[in-house]
Amino acid sequence: MSDTILELRGITKTFPGVKALDEVSFELRRGEIHALMGENGAGKSTLIKVITGVYQPDSGQIFLDGKSESIRGPLDSQRLGIAAIYQHVTCYPDLSVAENIYIGHEKAHPVTRKIDWKELHAKASELLRSLDADFGSRSIMGGLSVAQQQIVEIAKALSTNARIIIMDEPTAPLTKRESEDLYRIAEALRDRGVSIIFISHRLEDMYRLASRVTVFRDSRYVGTWSVDSISRDELIVAMVGRSITQLFPVRKVSIGEEVLRVESLSRTGFFKDVSFSLRKGEILAMTGLVGAGRTEVCEAIYGITRADSGRVFLSGEELKAAHPSEALRLGIGYLPEDRLKQGLVLEWAIATNVTLPSLERFSRLGWMDRRREDAKAKELAERLEVKANSVHDLVATLSGGNQQKVIVAKLLTGDMKVIILDEPTKGVDVGAKTAIFNIMNELAAAGYGIIMVSSEMPEVLGMSDRIVVMREGRVSAILETSSATQETILGAAMSAAETERA
Amino acid sequence: MAERSISVDRPRGLRTFFLQWEWLLVLIFVVVNVINSNLSPYYLNLGSLVGSTNAFLDMAFLVLPMTFVIVLGCIDISVASTVALSAVIMATSFNAGLPMPLAMALCLVVSTACGLVNGLILVKFKELPAMIVTLSTMIVYRGIAYVILEDQASGHFPNWFSFLGWGSIGPLPFILIAFAACAVLFGLLLHKTSFGRKVFAMGNNLTAARYSGIKTDSVIVAVFALTGLMAGVTALFLTSRMGSTRPNVAQGYELAVIAMVVLGGVSTSGGSGRIGGPILAIFIIGYLTYGLGLVNIKANVLLIIIGSLLILSVLVLNLRFGKGHRRPASPNAKMIAAGKAPDAKL
Amino acid sequence: MSADNKPGSAKGRAIRPGEGFRELGLLMFIVLLCIGFQARNSSFLTLANIQDLLANTAILGILAVGMLVVIITAGIDLSIGATIALAGMTSALTVAALPGISPLLSLVEGMAVGLAVGTVVGLLVARFNILPIIATLGMMNIVRGVTYIESKGAWVSSYQMSDGFLNISRGTILGANNLVVMAVAIFIAAWYFLSHTRTGRRLYAVGSNPEAADVSGIPRRRLVWLAYAIMGVLSGLAGVLWVSKFASAQGDTAVGYEMSVIAACVLGGASITGGSGKISGLILGTILLGMLNNALPLINVSPFWQQLIQGAVILAAIIMNVAVKRNNQRSALRKRAI
Repeated sequence: MSDTILELRGITKTFPGVKALDEVSFELRRGEIHALMGENGAGKSTLIKVITGVYQPDSGQIFLDGKSESIRGPLDSQRLGIAAIYQHVTCYPDLSVAENIYIGHEKAHPVTRKIDWKELHAKASELLRSLDADFGSRSIMGGLSVAQQQIVEIAKALSTNARIIIMDEPTAPLTKRESEDLYRIAEALRDRGVSIIFISHRLEDMYRLASRVTVFRDSRYVGTWSVDSISRDELIVAMVGRSITQLFPVRKVSIGEEVLRVESLSRTGFFKDVSFSLRKGEILAMTGLVGAGRTEVCEAIYGITRADSGRVFLSGEELKAAHPSEALRLGIGYLPEDRLKQGLVLEWAIATNVTLPSLERFSRLGWMDRRREDAKAKELAERLEVKANSVHDLVATLSGGNQQKVIVAKLLTGDMKVIILDEPTKGVDVGAKTAIFNIMNELAAAGYGIIMVSSEMPEVLGMSDRIVVMREGRVSAILETSSATQETILGAAMSAAETERA
Repeated sequence: MAERSISVDRPRGLRTFFLQWEWLLVLIFVVVNVINSNLSPYYLNLGSLVGSTNAFLDMAFLVLPMTFVIVLGCIDISVASTVALSAVIMATSFNAGLPMPLAMALCLVVSTACGLVNGLILVKFKELPAMIVTLSTMIVYRGIAYVILEDQASGHFPNWFSFLGWGSIGPLPFILIAFAACAVLFGLLLHKTSFGRKVFAMGNNLTAARYSGIKTDSVIVAVFALTGLMAGVTALFLTSRMGSTRPNVAQGYELAVIAMVVLGGVSTSGGSGRIGGPILAIFIIGYLTYGLGLVNIKANVLLIIIGSLLILSVLVLNLRFGKGHRRPASPNAKMIAAGKAPDAKL
Repeated sequence: MSADNKPGSAKGRAIRPGEGFRELGLLMFIVLLCIGFQARNSSFLTLANIQDLLANTAILGILAVGMLVVIITAGIDLSIGATIALAGMTSALTVAALPGISPLLSLVEGMAVGLAVGTVVGLLVARFNILPIIATLGMMNIVRGVTYIESKGAWVSSYQMSDGFLNISRGTILGANNLVVMAVAIFIAAWYFLSHTRTGRRLYAVGSNPEAADVSGIPRRRLVWLAYAIMGVLSGLAGVLWVSKFASAQGDTAVGYEMSVIAACVLGGASITGGSGKISGLILGTILLGMLNNALPLINVSPFWQQLIQGAVILAAIIMNVAVKRNNQRSALRKRAI
């Protein structure tokens, strides 16, 4: 009589040149929420793909209910009652919610082969009701929000009678409130006897939900603990392999005159009446819940989108043209939130990526000067301590933190006055975070005005001079960091109703 | 902190040098010539080899800008219609009394305008794929040509006009010299200038290019306008060679041109390719046509050969260079293609 | 957050905002066009004329169904013009050699030829990962070349064809032309297949998100293959019908016709990026294109204007579609109170 439902023993998986999993073990009990933690590249996602049959392990065994199983494909894992919900939802945007839930196992009439739509929608509606969904089974998937799409994914997992549900960083794209809904659903599932593997970067997710936690590091299994028996610091040590005494560097602040002033900037449907200013050498944190409009404001300042009204002044001069090229020319640089999609040409070398925003500086009459380009890239990459052998290494081969440094280097090829960093430490491991904070400090000390968009409270409090808090598209507070606390920021970030619930 | 030294060395080596697509094309080119010279004693005659180029080079002017379009990740199937429309307008305006040089200028203006319209529609309505936009303008442009000239032919150009298509300077056909000049210009533009760099960046990752401050709209409009301009050049040479024009000229050129670009190793998902490949492809297909013509092998066999060559080349490209059928610009897929372990997504 | 999706909303399949509008718009445009034509020429809306128009549009419709299936999987097929020629030529040569052959056999023969071509295309696209536009461009050349070789450059003309063969396109069933009957049957079958069967819905899934299809164990490659096979069979059928209707088989039959077929799909609302497109829209798109192709001479519009008008309508339709979508988005944004 064991209450272990899934056990993995000695799983090893190698890809050409990389050992993604090295003799790892994992054990999941019936009806528990088990957190799986580790830094990026620790092997969590590979483990999930082994469990769901997307990858076949090179060696090791998988036991389900004590029975050895080999899972050869997604259909196998589905048959065995395993379902996975990925961070980037794998849905069919053109199909209806019901079809998304039941695709792969729709019921059809044996003779006419017609799908039984009535039953399909009835069953889907029932599932959605059990999850308290606020949308119907006939809605088109592509029209739903990410949180709603995740609910569909969960419904999909339930529709296959999954006994084990794996959630791969489900809260990453969600607002606090949406995460809260997800927690409740996860708990309800647990109470029904479903076992959940919950992968997350957020310590708060783990403390809120899980009963046990397993940590991976460098493709290896480190250990499993009961959540109550491990402290925050011990957990970080387990994940990073060393304690982080000083995440935030000591700052020498010398704040100069105003470089950027935003006056009642508005864009219909996104933000309204946003005003703030930024001074030389200052790090201004911009925070608020996801979806509060922070990124949208920054993109409007940078010229990716056009604001409907309001004005932006750079050193007293009004910014007119809404285009990034104009912003860059005048001295506003932007490190976008989505590194891979918006920041880099992955198949390109470091050097060509670095010079992309200022090709005119590295060419004469349009003719590229490759030597000057390489020299500048080398200079910046060394200054930012990018870990690479040559400036002609492809950025795709760099780690997340180093990729982020390459994007920062892009901004330093021109004469910037203001640098906007949108979630600069997102998806970057702890070591690289410190490096990025150091760079921010150096830049501020060199006289750049810096805006840092961030959702991480410690980061906001640890790195900034002032804090702009946004709520539902408006600036709800501008605080001096010295006098701000986590509570005052959260209070400003959440509406009255949300504050009550938090 | 110890400063790490980062080199500026490029990854070089015999392996990367010889693993280039162009070598395969050179090989095919040599094979084509060897076969041809075995088939026909008349073939390996330098004079006729050079002379034969005016039979296929008119289309080649389109291959150059189409390479830009495809590197950009777009496609332009309206080029043949643009050729027809600009040729028809040149002929009718000349026959209506416009001096020939002005009529020729008008031809280029019209064709550039056609390309400009394509580019502007694409930029104004970003939701529309280039395939659909140029499919529509393809019908519209040729439609205008039909309205102007109905099913008539128009010609009677001055004698000197035939120099474009038939004349030569010394031993070299004028069209070959003109094409060589254009090829060099386009090659430099694509590979040596900031404009070319921008085209590659946009083909690889349009969003990142935009966030990097590249005026993506202007680049798209410029590339399509350039394509239009070269369609006008094609119209000049084609009309000169044929002596007259009608609304149905250059039918099917668009697909032949695209085939040459793809055969030249330019990926249709955008962002990669070199100008040398398509240029080699022009001569491979050109000499194949010419050589088989000498021994009276009909155009139909040629169609089969070109089709097979196209499919085989892409097959080999897919297998050897790992560029499969992927949805364009999916960063994850591109990372996997770049040889990174699929798991290292963060 | 979209609040317009009420739980258990009205019956029928889910409707994408703006899709109903575009079909209504197309229908309105067709009605307006009919009224205009009728005003210019009172014989336009006569039974005979309408039958004529439908018979002339039927082949386009049959091909458009196949193309829609391919486009739903995010593909495209440029080889169909050549396949029409090959299938038509093959069946015509057979009829010329064996005049007694049953017309039904001719149809089967054409479809078999089409199936063969479609299978090869499907193999290239689904198995060997060649981009559809490239694979079908190559096949277009090959198949066209084979057609010329098969025919040795000669034509097969009406006097070489049996009456039975010619009657494939001239005969009637219940007063309606055979072609129209066939097209309607194919439309109904395709509607049932695409909207109500598992395989049909999975075609949409594959076009909508191929990676997700792989993860959830949908046989993506087989479905893509199936789509090109269907396209092949339908173009083979269309080839026989074409030759029967025009009473002539030539090497260059249907050159460039693939573009008209794609245009019909696009007019009908199929998205070239895959995952969407419905038979109802396709029917309207085909009828509109058919009217522009066939009815303009009736109101004394020079045939030389036909292509321009056709192109302009397509261009206007795709741009209008974008404009409507944008307008929807903008009003949705305005509703989002801040």
